[in-house]
This record gives sequence, C-alpha cells and structure tokens, in this order.
Amino acid sequence: MGKTGKKRVKKKTKIVKKAAKKKSHTTRKARPKAAKKTEKVVEEVAPKELTNHATAEDMARRQREISVAEFFTKNRHLLGFDNPRKALLTTIKEGVDNSLDACEEAGILPEVKVVITPSKDEDRFRVTIEDNGPGVLKKQIPRIFAKLLYGSKFHRLKMSRGQQGIGISAAGMYGQLTTGKPIAITSKISRNKPAHYYELEIDTKRNEPRIIVDEQIEWPVQRGTKVEIELEAKYQKGRQSVEEYLEQTAIANPHVALQFVTPNGETKQYKRASKELPVQTKEIKPHPYGVELGVLIKMLHDTKARTLQSFLHSDFSRISSRVAKMICEQAKVSERSRPSRIARQEANNLFKAINKTKIMNPPTDCLSPIGEDLILAGLKKQIEANFYTSVTRPPSVYRGNPFQIEAGLAYGGSLPGDKLARVLRYANRVPLLYQQSACAITRSVLTTGWRNYALQQSAGALPTGPLVIMIHMASVWVPFTSESKEAVAHYPEIIKEVRLALQECGRRLGVFIRRRRKAAESERKKAYIHKYIPHIAIALREMLGLSDKQEKTIVTQLTDVLERSRS
Amino acid sequence: MSKIATQIKETATSVRSRIQRKNKPTLSFPLRSLSNVKYHPKKGFFELKGKKKTRTLTVATVKTFAQTLRMMSQAKTLVEDDEIMTKREAYYVSKNWDEARFDEQPESDTVIDDIESLFQVNREQLGFIPEEKGGEIAGKLVVIDRESDSGKPLRIDCTKFGSGAYSIPISVEHLKFETKAKFILAIETAGMFQRLVKHGYWRTANCILVSMGGVPTRACRRFIRRLADELKIPVYAFVDCDPYGMFNIYRTLKVGSGNAAHINRYFCVPTATFLGVTPQDIVDYKLPTHPLKEIDIKRARDALKNDPFVHHYQPWRDAIKQLLDMGVRAEQQAFAVHNLNYVIEHYLPEKLAAPKKFLP
Repeated sequence: MGKTGKKRVKKKTKIVKKAAKKKSHTTRKARPKAAKKTEKVVEEVAPKELTNHATAEDMARRQREISVAEFFTKNRHLLGFDNPRKALLTTIKEGVDNSLDACEEAGILPEVKVVITPSKDEDRFRVTIEDNGPGVLKKQIPRIFAKLLYGSKFHRLKMSRGQQGIGISAAGMYGQLTTGKPIAITSKISRNKPAHYYELEIDTKRNEPRIIVDEQIEWPVQRGTKVEIELEAKYQKGRQSVEEYLEQTAIANPHVALQFVTPNGETKQYKRASKELPVQTKEIKPHPYGVELGVLIKMLHDTKARTLQSFLHSDFSRISSRVAKMICEQAKVSERSRPSRIARQEANNLFKAINKTKIMNPPTDCLSPIGEDLILAGLKKQIEANFYTSVTRPPSVYRGNPFQIEAGLAYGGSLPGDKLARVLRYANRVPLLYQQSACAITRSVLTTGWRNYALQQSAGALPTGPLVIMIHMASVWVPFTSESKEAVAHYPEIIKEVRLALQECGRRLGVFIRRRRKAAESERKKAYIHKYIPHIAIALREMLGLSDKQEKTIVTQLTDVLERSRS
Repeated sequence: MSKIATQIKETATSVRSRIQRKNKPTLSFPLRSLSNVKYHPKKGFFELKGKKKTRTLTVATVKTFAQTLRMMSQAKTLVEDDEIMTKREAYYVSKNWDEARFDEQPESDTVIDDIESLFQVNREQLGFIPEEKGGEIAGKLVVIDRESDSGKPLRIDCTKFGSGAYSIPISVEHLKFETKAKFILAIETAGMFQRLVKHGYWRTANCILVSMGGVPTRACRRFIRRLADELKIPVYAFVDCDPYGMFNIYRTLKVGSGNAAHINRYFCVPTATFLGVTPQDIVDYKLPTHPLKEIDIKRARDALKNDPFVHHYQPWRDAIKQLLDMGVRAEQQAFAVHNLNYVIEHYLPEKLAAPKKFLP
C-alpha cells in the first residue's frame, strides 16, 4: 500500500507540473490572436523558467490589425463553408443571389445558368454561374469579386438578397484556399462594348484583390456576367442539395428562368412562370426606432446637416420638422445646435427622447413581396398538389425595420401523406436550407395549432400530412442569426406575423380538407351500401320465392331509400 | 308448413313491404341483457321485460342486416327440409355469401342468437345445433333412450359406467328416467366429479352426480331440469366459492341468463339450491384461499348492482358482501388440504344434514 501510495503521489505531482505548463502555453497563445507564429514563440519560451512572463513590450510586438479576409479564412463556417457539401451549395447560392439582385435592379427578366463540372480530382468541382444581367464595370470587377465586405448593399436600407458584400468573394476565397485556383470573371455591359475576362485572387493579409489575368475577349452575348470558381466540394442529391435550392428559388421567384447542368451532364430546366418583374423597391432612410445609440452618434458625426432639427428631418424617415422639434424639446437641447456637438455631449438624451416620441411606422414602399398570385404560380409550377393557397400580410415593423410576411400552402396530390410537412423558408426570396430548427419561421410553424385545420400534429412537432408550407420574409434588413444567412432571429413581431399568415392559410386548408373528407366518406358509404343491398334482396327472394325481376326491383328500391336517407 | 317457417316468411314479407313503401326496413329483437330481465320467484326463472331493440336498415347496419336475413333464409330451409346444422357449419355455409360472409364464428353465432330471440324459440327448433358437450352423469339413474336405427327403447344404467360416466346427449327431450336417488348433486369441476365417482359417493349418499364442467350447457341444464321435474327430487349445486361459480354457473343453472332470456323457461332449474362452497364454509372449514382477482370483484359488485336474482334474495346479498369483505376465494378442491377424501367423509355429509341452510 505504502509504495503504491508514494507512486501515486509522484505521478500526481508530475501531472500538476504538466498542467501548469499547458496553462502557461494557452495564455500565451490566446493573447496575440492574429499572430501566426505563436507556435514558434511558445517553443522558445517553453524550456525557460515558467515564471518568465511576457512584458507589455513583448505583447505590443505581436499586436497588429486583423484583416477581415484572414478572420473569415479561419472562421469560414460563419459564411457557410463548414464542409465540402455545404460549400458547393453556398457558392452557387451566393452567385445566383447576386445575379438575381443585379438583373432585377436593372429591370431585366433574369435568366441564370448554373453548371457544375467535375474536375480531374474526385473531390473538386468547377462551378459556373452565368446571367443575362447588366454586367459589372471593368474597374469594379476586381474589388467586387475579390475583396470581402465590398459592395453596394451594406450601406443602404433596401430590400435585396445580398446584404453584406461578403458572399461571392468568400466563395472565391474558399476556392482559392482549397484548390489554389483563382476565381474567373467574364463580364459584358453592352452589345457594343468588349467583354472583360479576369482571373482574380484575394490577398488575405490585406483583403485586397490580386489580378492574375486581365484581358478582353469575345463573348457572344448581349450583356451579362459569368463567374467561375473551382473548389473542393461534394455533390449530393436530396435534402439541402443544390437541386433543392434551385427548386425552391424557382418557387419564390416565378419570374426567373433557371438552367442547371449537373456533374453528370444532365440539364434541368426551371421554367419561367411569370413575366412580371418584382416591383422595384425604394431605398429608405433608417427609422429612428431601429437606431442604436452608437449608430446615432456616428450619424451625428457624419451628417452634412447644419442643425439638429434638419439632421433629424433629413437623415431619418418619418420625422417631420415638427416631430424633430418635439424630439429636441424632449431631449432639452436646442434644435439649432450643431449635430457634431450633440454627438459628444447630449447624444444619450437625444436617443432617449427619440424613443419616447411617437413616430409613424416606416414607409413600406421599400418592400417587394412576391404577391399571392405569384406564390401560387410558383408553388403550382414546382409542386404537384390538389390544393394551393397563399397569403400576403400587410407590412409590419421590428426594431424600426419594416418587413412583410407571406405564406403559401400546397396540400395533397403526389406529396407523401405519412411524413412531416416540408417547410420552405425564404428571406428576401432566397431559400434558407440550413438551421431550420434555429429559425424564427420554424418556431412559428411549430407553435401554430395545425390540428384546428384538420391536420395531424404531435406536440412540439411539425404537422403530418401531404403538405408543403412556404414562408417568405421580405425586409430591408433580415435579422439573420449568422453571416451565413441560414436562420431568422427570434423577434416576437416576426414570429407573430408568420403565425397570423399561417393561420389564415390554415383556415382555408381546413375548409378544403374537411370538405374533401366528407365527400370521400360519403363515397365510401355509398360503395358499402351497394355491396350489401344485393344480399338483402337474395335473402328475401329465397324466403318469399320471388322472381329475379322482383329481386332486382328490391335492389333498386332499397338503394333509393338508403341514398335518400344519406343526403 | 311448420309454424316457424311461417313466422320467418311473415317477417320477410314485412321487410319487403316496408321497402316497397319506400321506408327503411326494420327488425326488432328483445334486448338480450340482464337489464331486460326480471326475476319471477314463483315461476323461478328470468323472464324478458319486453324491452326491444329495433335494427333499422341504415348505412351502419346494412351488413348485419343482410347477414341476418340470409341466416333467416338458411333457417327456413333447414326447418322445411328437417335438416340440422351446427353453428360451425352455419359459419362455413356463410362463406358462399361473398361480401356478406362472416369472418369469425362469434359473428355468425350472434346472428343466430338474434334470430332465435326474434322468433322466441330455441335454436334447435330452427335447425341450428350446438357443438358443445353436454355434461356427464354418474349414479343411481336409468336413462331410457332409443336405439338410433330401430327406435327400440334402450335402458342405460348410470351405475354401470365404472370409473367413466354417461354423456348427456345434445337433445334430451325424448329421454325417460327411472331412479330411486334422493337428490341430484351438480358439480362444477370434472376433477371433483372424478373423486366422488371413484369412491362411489353416489352409492353411499344415494344420489345422482352431474359434472357440469364450468357453465352448464343448454343440454345439461335441460337434462337436470327434466330430472328435477319428473323425479321430483332436489338439485344441489356444488361449485367454487367465487363470483364466477356463484353467478355464471349457479345462477345460470337456476334461473337462466340475461343473454338467453327468451328460452330460460326451458333451460333452468328453479328448484336448485346452493350447497357450497359458501363464504362461511371458508371460515368454518379453514380453507386455503386466493385473493379475489380484479375481475372477481367487478363481477361481484356488478351482481349486487344489476342482477335481479341477487336483488331478490337477501342471503345472497349477505354472502356476496361477506366474500368481498374477506377479499378471498376458495375452490371446491381446497378441502384436499385436510385430507384427500375429507370432502366425502366430512364436508358433504355435514352440509347435507341441513339442506334448509343452503343458499337459495
């Protein structure tokens, strides 16, 4: 016992020492986040005395700026590049979203072609996304496609698919990272102008484009953009696949013609169901309720307005001069004071005053819902069902941002009857395929009482039945839970609006199902009656010695009696 | 044409004429349950109170309705041709009826019972005979039957079966009896019957032993009834001390059942009394017991609440309450705890010394 006891003690002390070493390593590592050579530093330190801590000067030598590109190289899962399968989908999604945004803004009916070609290596694919959009100016091409957080959409409040200016450049960066191949862009802005062909790499350290090839080429199209990216990927069918994404895109965007060439060379067409382009949305100024204190201070700094009153009136939506004056009075600052002075001193008072003042809801002409008719058209085009319905809710507001919810249902037909309903989620017409359970939309579907609408639903689950539920959220700023735009954040206003839309659709579905059930039941009864009536007639004939004719008369009379009683 | 055949034809005609008048045809049956019987202490059996259920032809009943009519037609043929058919055979015949066929025999049995009650006759009169075995007899009885080919009288001495016994035939109406026995002992289990036969108990006690084998069949009940009527000797029932023995076996033997109330007048033994095993016997004879099962308790409570027979006799109500209070049951073979032949040497003689004390 004694010996083993001693041994144990020895071991323990060793472990403690090790732990201590480890600890010191981790602390050292954690501090200089961006430093790439941390490993080396640790090796140098390790053999020395453990008490030798780094000084502020040591640390300062390692402290430097982190480029956004470097950050996302390390955290690519934030952008939807967690695994090869998802990377393929995200790449195509970013490309198609950009194409559609550009076409719609230029008033062109979009025609998008997606091609996936297998590469020599098994796990590599070349993705091509080609559109008939307005094209990109030559000088803008490098920065748009090879610089993260560069784009037209971040600084404005306008409904569009893209928001941040990360997507396509991140896809290029992922390709570059996994295959070493640059992203290739071909763009032509009009028939008379030449097409430009670029091959670009992203300099991750500086987040700046590096031009590999820049030449003019012949491209026999009127105008458009073609993006080619080679990347490490996995092509799979089924759920969360490229096909599913394109199919769902076709449902929510019936004005789009999509063509898809699979790695096996098959071509799939998603035809255009409507020639109506979505109504062009207006860009709006921020609504005062949605602005946070920090943003307010920044706006006060940057404004061109000379007085506080004119700042409030011109830089926000829904603030008239009168309301501006009321806010100033509430905040106890002069309406003629300089905005930059407020920024330093009374911003907090001003912020509080804004939230105390009653201000009209933001304008809603910035939203472009799909519309009930087009939702029906989209659903009918892609889903074979017996019953379709759709609802577009009036616009509403969360945190000062206007949004609008639409819902559509498809029921019956060739849909599988014994499975859970399929939920199609959209944000600004873009299908959301991942993180279904983390999404506010799913939450609303789950908390809707589908049993009221003649459907089966287990507690806390999706309804069961041949049902497809489509929900679209249109907003100038969709509150995603992450940069990869997979799930909508749980704002109570959003959850409520979705539920209201679903309830309205549900009521209509309930009427349909009940009516159909009744008809089926009555049909079943009729068949049942016809099965047994002849036997009554046979028995009566046997017992009473009737003729065949008399037997037949009984059948007709009895059928008549029973049918009459049913209705 | 026999009376039954005419009755069937009349019913069929009424169904047809309702159809011709564009009405839904109906058939009405006496309700076959304990709620539709009353106990006549003078007549001594359960009698129908007259509640009827009317089966109207609707979507829900069309199948049973068709089956009932077809089975009626079958019965008519049987009666006219003087043919018989077991219930099992009737079930197989229905297989010719396409969609109207029966899937399981209990379904066709119910329909036969319905027809039986519709015409207030027993099914043997309709040509349907049961498959069930009738019970066994041993003891001082001579049964006079006929030889099946020549029709000559055939004397069967029930003392001459040794360790075996005489089987009660399915039809007992033609039998005649001779006996000098003093009483009839109707026994629930074949095991107890065997013990009494083996030791020639019928000789020592001068009696007729009947093995009922659970709830007595119609033939067995009818046989005992005829014995009791013609020989004018008492009938004692010896069954387990549990609600099943008391009500399903003894009560059915004595006053009939709710289900077959329309024929109880022929198939019960109103003179029967309950020798044992009584709840008091459990105490007096220190019998080993088992706790009452859930179903036993339910059955006993149900008897207290719904059984018109129990309602009529205070001693039975007391016995049930005593049994429920004790919460146990005992089998008639439990006497073996004292001695294998304790039942012959002590229990039965002691009980038989005072038949007045038997439960009614």
